Amino acid sequence: MSEGLKVELGRRYRFAASHRLHSAKLSEEENWRVYGKCNNRYGHGHNYVVEVSVSGTVDPTTGMIVNLADLDGFVEREVIEAFDHKSLNEDVEAFRERVPTTEYVCMEIYQRLKHFPLAKLERVRVEETSNNAFEYAGEEI
Amino acid sequence: MVYLTRRIEFSASHLYHNPALAAEENKRIFGKCNNPHGHGHNYTLEVTVAGEPDPVTGMVLDLKELKEILEREITQRMDHRFLNYEVAELQGQIPTCENIARVIWSLLEPKITQGRLHKVRLYETPDLFAECYRNGAGAR
Repeated sequence: MSEGLKVELGRRYRFAASHRLHSAKLSEEENWRVYGKCNNRYGHGHNYVVEVSVSGTVDPTTGMIVNLADLDGFVEREVIEAFDHKSLNEDVEAFRERVPTTEYVCMEIYQRLKHFPLAKLERVRVEETSNNAFEYAGEEI
Repeated sequence: MVYLTRRIEFSASHLYHNPALAAEENKRIFGKCNNPHGHGHNYTLEVTVAGEPDPVTGMVLDLKELKEILEREITQRMDHRFLNYEVAELQGQIPTCENIARVIWSLLEPKITQGRLHKVRLYETPDLFAECYRNGAGAR
């Protein structure tokens, strides 16, 4: 009935974290001009939403692309444990050098999830607030 | 090309159980979704149709018509129903979000004759959804 159809599964996760946008490549004034209040010295936080989309064949025995418990466990281990209630700048190695803009947060999450063994990662969408969202679907950083 | 999306909601119950598997296997794979009397969700369905606007009407397709197709094909068939027992197209399948989305695709695709069905996205909860589209069409 559905030859040639591609099926994806999407799942939303949440974490809360702080960050500060500050580039070592820019002067104090430049940082302030570029990042504005996001450059405030002590940082600030967001409730992030991460939407993970995976694709694959639907197993006729289970009716599933992947068992949600397996996907949830992987995302929890690879991303949520590392990011939730953390300072992205201080606590996540990838952001020691790189500015933790949500563009880079989205790309970093993609890198962490792309090796999921049970389905193909299609894309990662990160909502920094309900008004800002970023999506990434591949390419090496 | 313009993409037009309409959203509807329906409420239904289901349970996950594969009679080919032992009771313990069913429990292990499906967890609480295997509870014998089922449980329910408020489903949200987003249907995306792609096409060029008609030069006379300015429409890809008449939204009223799409609304009627969705009412007839989906709402009447699935709303306030037990999906395992009352939806013929799901017989012999586990009514997961993936499988319901595929059934919805196959019900709608032949009915949409202005523009073409581009994507079906079915939310089982706000945090879980399945999406179908033609291979090569891309998720957008």
